Amino acid sequence: MLQNSGLMNYENITLIAFGLPDQDLLKAVAGVISGSLPLPLLLKSGYLDLSEFYDPARNQYNGNSILKKLDDDYSLDSSKTMGLFAVDLYIPILTYIFGQAHLNGNTGIVSIYRLTNERYGIGKNGRLLVGRLGKEIIHELGHMFGLIHCSDPVCVMRSSTYVEDIDQKESRFCKACRTILNTRL
Amino acid sequence: MDHGISILIVDDELSVRDSLYNWFIEDGYTVECAEDAKKALSILESQDFDIILADIKMPGMDGMEMLRRIKSIKKDSIVIMMTAFATVDTAVQALKEGAFDYVTKPFDPDDLTHLIRNASKQITLSEENKILKDRVTALENVDNLIGNSEAMQQLLRDIQSVAQSNASVIITGESGTGKELVARAIHTNSPRRFFPMISVHCGALTESLLESELFGHEKGAFTGAVYNRKGRFEMADNGTIFLDEIATISVKMQVELLRVLETKSFVRVGGTKEIKSDFRVICATNRDLRSMVDKGLFREDLYYRLNVVNIHVPPLRERTEDIPILAEYFAGKYCSAMGKPPVTFDPAAIKKLGEFPFPGNIRELENMIERAIVVGNGKRIQVKDLPIGTSSAGSSFESLEELEKNHIGNILEKYRWNISAAAKALKVDRVTLYNKIKKYGLNQNG
Repeated sequence: MLQNSGLMNYENITLIAFGLPDQDLLKAVAGVISGSLPLPLLLKSGYLDLSEFYDPARNQYNGNSILKKLDDDYSLDSSKTMGLFAVDLYIPILTYIFGQAHLNGNTGIVSIYRLTNERYGIGKNGRLLVGRLGKEIIHELGHMFGLIHCSDPVCVMRSSTYVEDIDQKESRFCKACRTILNTRL
Repeated sequence: MDHGISILIVDDELSVRDSLYNWFIEDGYTVECAEDAKKALSILESQDFDIILADIKMPGMDGMEMLRRIKSIKKDSIVIMMTAFATVDTAVQALKEGAFDYVTKPFDPDDLTHLIRNASKQITLSEENKILKDRVTALENVDNLIGNSEAMQQLLRDIQSVAQSNASVIITGESGTGKELVARAIHTNSPRRFFPMISVHCGALTESLLESELFGHEKGAFTGAVYNRKGRFEMADNGTIFLDEIATISVKMQVELLRVLETKSFVRVGGTKEIKSDFRVICATNRDLRSMVDKGLFREDLYYRLNVVNIHVPPLRERTEDIPILAEYFAGKYCSAMGKPPVTFDPAAIKKLGEFPFPGNIRELENMIERAIVVGNGKRIQVKDLPIGTSSAGSSFESLEELEKNHIGNILEKYRWNISAAAKALKVDRVTLYNKIKKYGLNQNG
């Protein structure tokens, strides 16, 4: 196993913020991610014209197409790249998604759009938002490292369909997921 | 979450197939896709899926027609229909045709999760139902251990005593003595009775097949390993595994088996993950394992690991006093199964059965009684209904001549020796029938 020799399969995790200018939020989220994934984390800003991914009938953005675009333009074998967005994402079969990634893929996407309290008519809560965004990013990164959904109620790989579900789980991997993850980092 | 559940997605839109594929793969399901109904039906010819998720509107054969065809092949298939154009009529029609559920695209993420969870529950319930039915059969089979002889009573006492422990058991005895019934009786009287007893007939499988059967395999482990499959050891978790004809396993399998029995853990063929299973092992053989050990054909360490308790099932010739009660039991069983009125035995027939050596043991007796019920007419089983003393090997099989003689005799009895009626039933002319009666020395008094 690579981790036994002190080497990693991947050099780093790169977070690219597309239209998310809040640097304090991103730094705080980076802190959450570093607590669960021991790879160096790079924070970058990017630009993507999202108009081609917009579906006027749904008033949402096609997550599949955005993920493919990121895969074409940003994918590196040595790194896991996560695109962060502020728009409402969907995939054809689902009404919305928080984020998505291909199992064992090198790129993933997460949107802050449905993670803020304000979206649900509740008062702003910065700490909760940092936690939710951090957990969703770690969750999608988990898929990118080959992890599937976990039945442990507090494991970060637990599937979440509502923000309340995200709040219920923690930002850490359970022992079983951690064991698998350690073989793949 | 490794559900062990497979899903086939059928939709002509690539984006839908991709989205569903990714969603289910991340949830730990085994997933395959087909772009139209024709391709789906072709896949279903060679592979089985637990759940089929199909679009209704597709070019060529539509989803409803595909649903009908799937249901005509496998009635209990779980098919969920999807559509972007929902109408009550189509929904009702889909459910009438046997769809498990009907959903409109796009789904709420939670709806999709619940939909598949409900379908999975249905699968679990069906499997539990099958296990319960098997258990009922097992309980019925325990009743088959019949006999008042001292040998049989001792056997029943041994079963009761060993059932409460967790010790490995070797059941020895000739072919047809009912070793599997004894194994079932031990299992159904043990604390493990609420979990399955899994039987493996080691002699019927090649080494590689036996390995895959016992340990299971991972998808792609070998040609034809299309899915992950649980092995018998895994299926027997908390229950009992019954290894019949244990003496036939290869030396390599003996080593593997010993390791599993010592660690109660194993790895599926082609896999890396260690799987633990808590099972009790019961083996059976009609061979002398001790002498096989002496000849170096069976590992001594495995022999001692398996042979914590030995139960010997006596051959029928050593408990002939049980033959009448067994014969009556089998007669009742087959009359009931064939919808025939109960029969009794002619004392001469019972005497004849008691004198027969029954090299095939209870299995041979059972076959003999079943045959007598089939070919016999009337309410009494007579000597002529029993194929005893007619075959050179003393088995229940007869020569063609004997079969013809018995059949003609039965038909004549059926038509009360009305030659014309019997000849008509036999589709021969009267002269031929007279010749046969003369040839076989048949007469009206039996």
